Amino acid sequence: MDQPIILLIVAAIVFALVVGVGISLRVNARKKGLDDRRGIDAEVTGELSIDDVAEAVEKDKAEARGSEVPTEPASRLVRLRERLAKSNSGLGRGLLNLLSRDNLDESAWEEIEDTLILADVGVEPTTELVDRLRERVKVLGTRNPEEVRGLLREELIELVDPTMDRSLADTGKGGDPSVILVVGVNGAGKTTTVGKIARVLVAEDKSVLLGAADTFRAAAAEQLSTWGERVGVETVRKEEGADPASVAYSAVEKGQADGSDVVLIDTAGRLQNKRGLMDELGKVKRVATRPLGEGHEIDEVLLVLDATTGQNGMQQAKVFAEAVDITGIVLTKLDGTAKGGIVVAVQRELGVPVKLIGLGEGADDLAPFTAEGFVDALLD
Amino acid sequence: MFNSLSDRLTATFKNLRGKGRLSEADVDATIREIRRALLDADVALPVVRAFTGRIRERALSEEVSGALNPGQQVVKIVNDELVGILGGQTRRLNFAKRPPTVIMLAGLQGAGKTTLAGKLAHWLKSEGHRPMLVAADLQRPNAVNQLQIVGERAGAVVYAPEPGNGVGDPIQVATDSIEVAKSKLHDVVIVDTAGRLGIDEELMQQAADIRSAVNPDEVLFVIDAMIGQDAVKTAEAFLDGVDFTGVVLSKLDGDSRGGAALSVAEVTGKPIMFASTGESIKDFEQFHPDRMADRILDMGDIMTLIEQAEKNFDEKETEKLKKKVESGEDFDLNDFLTQMAGLKKMGSMKKMLGMMPGMSQYKEQLANFDEREVDRVEAIVRSMTPQERSNPKILNGSRRARIAKGAGTTVTAVNQLMERFTQAQKMMRSMTRGGGMPGMPGGGGMPQMPGMGGMPGAASGKKKKPAGKKKGRKGGQSGNPAKRAQEAQALADKKAGKTQDPVGSAFGGVDLGKDEEFDPANLPKGFGGIFPGGKK
Repeated sequence: MDQPIILLIVAAIVFALVVGVGISLRVNARKKGLDDRRGIDAEVTGELSIDDVAEAVEKDKAEARGSEVPTEPASRLVRLRERLAKSNSGLGRGLLNLLSRDNLDESAWEEIEDTLILADVGVEPTTELVDRLRERVKVLGTRNPEEVRGLLREELIELVDPTMDRSLADTGKGGDPSVILVVGVNGAGKTTTVGKIARVLVAEDKSVLLGAADTFRAAAAEQLSTWGERVGVETVRKEEGADPASVAYSAVEKGQADGSDVVLIDTAGRLQNKRGLMDELGKVKRVATRPLGEGHEIDEVLLVLDATTGQNGMQQAKVFAEAVDITGIVLTKLDGTAKGGIVVAVQRELGVPVKLIGLGEGADDLAPFTAEGFVDALLD
Repeated sequence: MFNSLSDRLTATFKNLRGKGRLSEADVDATIREIRRALLDADVALPVVRAFTGRIRERALSEEVSGALNPGQQVVKIVNDELVGILGGQTRRLNFAKRPPTVIMLAGLQGAGKTTLAGKLAHWLKSEGHRPMLVAADLQRPNAVNQLQIVGERAGAVVYAPEPGNGVGDPIQVATDSIEVAKSKLHDVVIVDTAGRLGIDEELMQQAADIRSAVNPDEVLFVIDAMIGQDAVKTAEAFLDGVDFTGVVLSKLDGDSRGGAALSVAEVTGKPIMFASTGESIKDFEQFHPDRMADRILDMGDIMTLIEQAEKNFDEKETEKLKKKVESGEDFDLNDFLTQMAGLKKMGSMKKMLGMMPGMSQYKEQLANFDEREVDRVEAIVRSMTPQERSNPKILNGSRRARIAKGAGTTVTAVNQLMERFTQAQKMMRSMTRGGGMPGMPGGGGMPQMPGMGGMPGAASGKKKKPAGKKKGRKGGQSGNPAKRAQEAQALADKKAGKTQDPVGSAFGGVDLGKDEEFDPANLPKGFGGIFPGGKK
């Protein structure tokens, strides 16, 4: 390495500083502000907790007055432990430890942690989950690893939230077709997923139109039309290298003219750190619904996530969410040994539900996502 | 948000000041950090366990506890071990003594086999071979078609007797292809197979049958760099099934940390031979174990940065700037503009800052960084007259007001920019003077660090300053940059007075005692400590 290169780096650093220091300073300032605010929050919570206790006591009294039925001793103990667990005083902690010795040994905890990490849940969410679980175990005084697993299952299911709406937006507004855009990184299984969704929709007696907006990868459009032909669905396509946004536009235009119920648009795979490609995707999304007139937003943007993906899945979800505001996730390749635990983290952070799961290369290997089933497989 | 391992370990060792030896508890804390860093990088758990076990052993030995800066020493050990596993046996493709050489590709669905087949053909062609592609993926719709197009782009012949889409026998196609290659005098045959899951026995058997039918010289296992914990199971299944001889890591142009590389290399003992780094047919390279190690440890990718810089910077301008700086002249805003033009060509600022080692801890800030900030700065500079650019000192209140108006911003923004610029200028000056880089305006106007003069070279100098920055932040930092700097100075003085400051040296990628002069080879690692401060 010779002098000029070093100089280049230096120049880069200089520039990074000239521009970058600004950020760091500003962020620092903001952080400071945050800290200050947090300080106040802490004070407020302090007061609140006192209020809480008072309120709880009040409530207890009221209950006692009203029904005269004393609470069960077991649950009273649980409540006491709960309060102790929340208290921050050393005495409270000590008391809690005395009251509820956690008899599970470290290896049992480690095993639980390993299960989650091996399922790609990620270190941070795992640690958080396990910590919360430890607390609950202390509160409930559980000693049995099996029961703890049950608790973990509960926690996970709660995290995945079975009550979320996981249905596809497959009915358009005001007679217009519903437009579904499918996005994801290379090789996640977008085209296959589009083909499978088309089959499901056709089986539901919906008229479907496919848009092959993957004009980049060799033979992607052919792959999609092969899927379409199998179920008698038409595919709108243009020559290789055409503007994907224009393909999406034409597809929606045609869908509207034909009175289709759903227009499914397949896009080219792109790694989330390619900014130009992400911008292109933003354009596809903007342009796609233009034939439908003002105010008609795209109905569904599905991110296809490969279950084998590790911690990078989080980054993918974040960036795609930023670029095209994803409304659902399709978790593919769950028929392998991978568990796809990263979606737990994704859902926790972004609140985007997994709507469908892909279970293989067979034409009908697409299933709706169920929280319980997923969690059970995760802990398997 | 994870920091680079180097930074984390430094934080772990911060508390060891004054202690001569590492206790077992200290080592445990270190191991925990390493474990976490590796898991965050998607290294598989069993591999992490084995790996940390080895590190633990070495960390408890003399080489660490005796070292001046145990933190850095541990990072070095980790790095060594990583490079050892990743590149212990890098090798080239084995070519058959009697052509054709047969290369078979295998992997999961969507790993990038077909794309890689094209890249490999293109590369072999440029090396003077006559490759032939064989379409043995008869499973996925239009995979044959895709291979044909890819082959066309690579300028290679494609043997595709079957239409695919579930029609045809891949084993037969593979077997026939060898004869065809012989008769048409192709010296390399690349067999593209269908993607399959490790647990799909039927398809694994088919892959094994293809293998025995064509008797390949190389079986390359293509694996997605983004894969998580499943890497081990998959790799083992494919090793059992097709007994691959080498590994290709695909989609390395993404921003995954690529821990899978380590998992696969460790579990199978097979070398990683190539990396696939983009969608164009040329984006294919030999695997660099050291770069991969840095990436897994989140040390930044300074080599890539340099390569890009070389491609995009105007050589003449840089040479001019170099001369200017060396002759002791000040770096002015005109130079700034030219350099910025070059930097802009290198792509997104975010991405570049991300590649700088140690920047990962600023990930959040980087994520919030508005790319247009660059344009705003440029607007301010462009609103100045040439005279003002070459001599910013003449900027008075009214000039600043005019500039702010011209750039559509406030005078405060102009002032801030000028302040930062003055700091950068100072840094440049001290760099040319002492070869060190003392006053980095990182935490806001860092003064010369104590003991700076005695620093051996630029590398260690660069590492030294963030130490100061950190100290500055630690003790009840001030919002006022100047004041904070003062505090940092005072704190540093205090420390320097008390003990030989181990924090400072812990940042060094190079052992201070050993490296008398700046060795550029140490740069990537040395840069590992550029911004280690700012812990929350």
